[in-house]
Amino acid sequence: MFSGFMIHAWTVATIVAVVAGLVGFFVVLRGSAFVAHAIPNGSFAGAAAASLVGINTLIGFGVFAFFGAFSISALGHRGRHDVATALTLVLMLGLGALFVTLSVEYTPEVYSLLFGEILGVSISQLIPTAGLAVVCVIAIALLYRPLMLSSLLPDVAEARGIATARIDLAFLAVVALATTMTVPVVGTLLIFSLMIGAPAAARSFTDKPLQALGLSVAIALAIVWAAIALSYQTNYPVGFFVGTVSAASYTVGRLWAAWTRHAGIRSPTGPRVGPKYT
Amino acid sequence: MSEALSNGSAPILAVDEVSVSLAGREVLRDVSFAIESGEFTGLIGSNGAGKTTLFRVILGLQAAHGTVLVGGAPRSRRNPLIGYVPQKFQLDPDVPLRARDLVALGLDAHRYGIATPSRARRARVEEMLEAVDARDFADARVGTLSGGEQQRVLIAHALIAAPKLLLLDEPLANLDLRSGHEVVALLARITSEQRIAVLISAHEMNPLLPVIDRIVYLAAGRAASGTTEEVVRTSVLSALYGHHVDVLQVHGRVLVVAGEAGELADTSDHSHTQTQVEIVS
Ligand SMILES: Nc1ncnc2c1ncn2[C@@H]1O[C@H](COP(=O)(O)OP(=O)(O)OP(=O)(O)O)[C@@H](O)[C@H]1O
Ligand SMILES: [Mg+2]
Repeated sequence: MFSGFMIHAWTVATIVAVVAGLVGFFVVLRGSAFVAHAIPNGSFAGAAAASLVGINTLIGFGVFAFFGAFSISALGHRGRHDVATALTLVLMLGLGALFVTLSVEYTPEVYSLLFGEILGVSISQLIPTAGLAVVCVIAIALLYRPLMLSSLLPDVAEARGIATARIDLAFLAVVALATTMTVPVVGTLLIFSLMIGAPAAARSFTDKPLQALGLSVAIALAIVWAAIALSYQTNYPVGFFVGTVSAASYTVGRLWAAWTRHAGIRSPTGPRVGPKYT
Repeated sequence: MSEALSNGSAPILAVDEVSVSLAGREVLRDVSFAIESGEFTGLIGSNGAGKTTLFRVILGLQAAHGTVLVGGAPRSRRNPLIGYVPQKFQLDPDVPLRARDLVALGLDAHRYGIATPSRARRARVEEMLEAVDARDFADARVGTLSGGEQQRVLIAHALIAAPKLLLLDEPLANLDLRSGHEVVALLARITSEQRIAVLISAHEMNPLLPVIDRIVYLAAGRAASGTTEEVVRTSVLSALYGHHVDVLQVHGRVLVVAGEAGELADTSDHSHTQTQVEIVS
């Protein structure tokens, strides 16, 4: 289980989990789960287009991911973010339907993007994935404070001189980048579960923002490691386990929050104890 | 009626002949007033009078004709001299952020990177929590706090950057009578202790009358400013509204009543007793 090609799988899964945990923390904080769904799924059209013209499907995917990010940011600037996201997704899915129909022969690379091929990761994929991951981690670390304030109190951030529209675009670009690098590994359908499941679970365990961010990464790591190990043992697909384990981790988080509240411990989501202000 | 007080020092905020049109409608017309350090000023106007718009102009978020000087310099975005507490905000109870984290964010949220923890930083946060009486809920998730508690945390968030001018947009709108009094008393104390200027908007002037030094009254897109005695008078407000209004004093509370029709332009329905309202209506 730890030899040969499996080493690559473990390494790349670890990288992917770190990025998904970090980026996902802000996706959940901003209530942008729909964006994390729309960008990878819509970008599938880019992969289909790339396959049609005969270039690397990942390049097509990446181009569409960034197009999606710009589109959502531009349309959402003075309107509802969810509507902007939906319009972008609809446009990209429409294009995807067209490109898939146009390509006559079966294109396995395109379909592999749907569920990913974590067990088939090659050494040549490792270096670029690690490079993009470093870019994502640095970007999130740099954006941390302004992104936090503009996500929670956009008017206050704006008054403080934070260019919230630019922060929004920068963050969407990071989501696009994170998606592009993780999709070949876990697939368009599963990056979503990793980006949402881990940070949503982490919020149940702590009140402190940096702790929650770290826990989000830790839970994402636990999910992918468990999924690979289980998949290796059972021969069922990795994706099945990523999806179920991340849903399970979220459930455990909610139960934990409910239990600590019940037990009277000052819990993250429960009522606080101690003197209430009077 | 709207010139700046000129007692030597430059005012911290000078608004001069500001006009704003939104969607083809003139929301503010030739609004002028000035605020000095250490002054507590009420910006009074009914719904839609343009209070939030005026704040956005002062913050540099809304284009306008006229000039706005903050600390003697033209307004600009990222003005560290101004602290702002908006009228509407929504904090999700699930967000893993304690009241103290939000206050700390006020220190340097505009900077890139993650803050390095330090003793001085913690002490400063503690000091601000103390200043707004928020220490009891400093470790609670900010989204789970009540409206009045969140209001305090946002005030501390604004104050920690040591602004010279604090803008609060309708901070009393969602508070009950007692929390409202507490916030007003708190702001009055902060104004005098920290020698900063506070501009607070409200649709109801009575809760503010005991503490404010000056009033800026917005009606029909225009503003009258001065001390309460100078502005809240039948002659001044009638000229401002463009029709006759009566300013009535009832048990030390002020009612602005539209003339013939007997409509209430501004009532004191949040007074100590309900009977005062019944007298006029
Ligand atoms: N973006 C906008 N486009 C068009 N009109 C606007 C816009 N923003 C505000 N207005 C109009 O400007 C006027 C003043 O609005 P503003 O929000 O400043 O009032 P306000 O005094 O803050 O009211 P309230 O007490 O209800 O908060 C209103 O008539 C409003 O309809
Ligand atoms: Mg308003």
